[in-house]
Amino acid sequence: MTASRLGHLTMSQRRSGSSLHRFANPSRFLRLSRRLTPWFAVLAAAFIGAGLYIGLFVAPPDYQQGESVRIMYVHVPAAWMALFVYTCVAASSVVSLVWRHPLADLIAKASAPVGAGFTAVALVSGSLWGQPMWGTWWVWDARLTSVLILFFLYLGHIALMNAFDDPTRGARAAAILAVVGFINIPIIKFSVDWWHTLHQPASVFRLGGPTIDVSMLVPLFLMALGFTFYYLLLLMLRVRSEIVARKIRTAQLLQAAP
Amino acid sequence: MLAGLAAILKRDLRLALRQSADNGMAVGFFVLTVILFPLGVGPEPSVLARIAPGILWVTALLASMLSLERLFAADYEDGSLDLMALAPLPLPLLVLTKCLAPLPLPLLVLTKCLAHWLLTGLPMVVLAPLLGVLLNLDPAGYGVLVLAMALGTPALALVGAIGAALTLGARRGGVLLSLLVLPLYIPVLIFGVAAVDAAIYGTGARPHLLLLGGALLAALALCPLASAAALRQALE
Repeated sequence: MTASRLGHLTMSQRRSGSSLHRFANPSRFLRLSRRLTPWFAVLAAAFIGAGLYIGLFVAPPDYQQGESVRIMYVHVPAAWMALFVYTCVAASSVVSLVWRHPLADLIAKASAPVGAGFTAVALVSGSLWGQPMWGTWWVWDARLTSVLILFFLYLGHIALMNAFDDPTRGARAAAILAVVGFINIPIIKFSVDWWHTLHQPASVFRLGGPTIDVSMLVPLFLMALGFTFYYLLLLMLRVRSEIVARKIRTAQLLQAAP
Repeated sequence: MLAGLAAILKRDLRLALRQSADNGMAVGFFVLTVILFPLGVGPEPSVLARIAPGILWVTALLASMLSLERLFAADYEDGSLDLMALAPLPLPLLVLTKCLAPLPLPLLVLTKCLAHWLLTGLPMVVLAPLLGVLLNLDPAGYGVLVLAMALGTPALALVGAIGAALTLGARRGGVLLSLLVLPLYIPVLIFGVAAVDAAIYGTGARPHLLLLGGALLAALALCPLASAAALRQALE
């Protein structure tokens, strides 16, 4: 199959001459991602491995919470990633709505299930942490509720993306939803400050510096870096498989109607 | 332009009233579902009084979602939505703006939402205190309940319009619509119930009502734009 037969992916690639649009070119993206993927895999494994080792064996237990504080090294980075990935989805949705980059749609589509996964990990690990610390699996406080809403926004995004026969329609509708749902992100971030909740307030990214000891911050950031590279790895793999799937679809359509 | 919008509003209301079963269903759903609760949780008056604001609001949320699916669907299917979106401004405004611009879609959405609210939201605002009696709602809560519903239900219609526009032409649009819209309804639910509870326990409903009003104003400003963007990509 020649490059000019790749449907709308190629149409925009022809137009993309400027430096801003350089990476919107799917074949250039494919080349780049093939080179980057092994690095992301190695970095994700290294950071998560180091973070888990230091978090579980080296870092000290908390003077109040004891050993169960180690849940933090999974829970907090997963929650950060849940917000970060949604921000990526919303940002690429804006790019897709304004500039109609085909790659932006692919990134949003590839990111949403990963973000939903991180949100689920944050919710489940938080629940497991809440049982020994707060004495309950779940409370309806502002932070927990807004993260649960985030999870449903992810699910709605995924469902809307796949609800249309025409994938472009699904992508555009889902992009609008992602932008509308972004209102929830600042609410999640500041929910612990606006409402007096059971969930503790921010202790890492706050004015006046973190209130956590360095021995705990190191594994926390290692895990966060590891999760970020893991997300990038999945993003590369998912976008690549989506591009290939669209190529196959276009080829099949061309075969059906020569 | 206003004349055009008024004509659309009048047409929507007339169409709805001639097929009154559709809107009657949403209101009937509201009444019937509220009646299910005393049968489900037991007729204990103190229990019912405690959960009455929550029941009324949750049921209003579900009922207003029920008829959302038809908000743009009928006009989308028979093509009148295309015509409305393409209809030029009336002549006086045309002269004023000196350009042939189509009817702004956000205003069309606003008109549609107004018609939807008049047909489903307003009856629920009127019926809510009556159902409150059935649920043994505390007398202190009625005024605030009506006020909060009057502020909250238009916001529900406006937010719901985004979902209705996004799911135009989707497979299983109805179920999808609930998945999209219900998470966005939650702020209205929280402040609506909090206002009635605050009135009953005497802690002051004013802040909650102000937040509801703020949510309504934000929805008035932003939701028509988002729905118009969604409609535009559906009409493309």
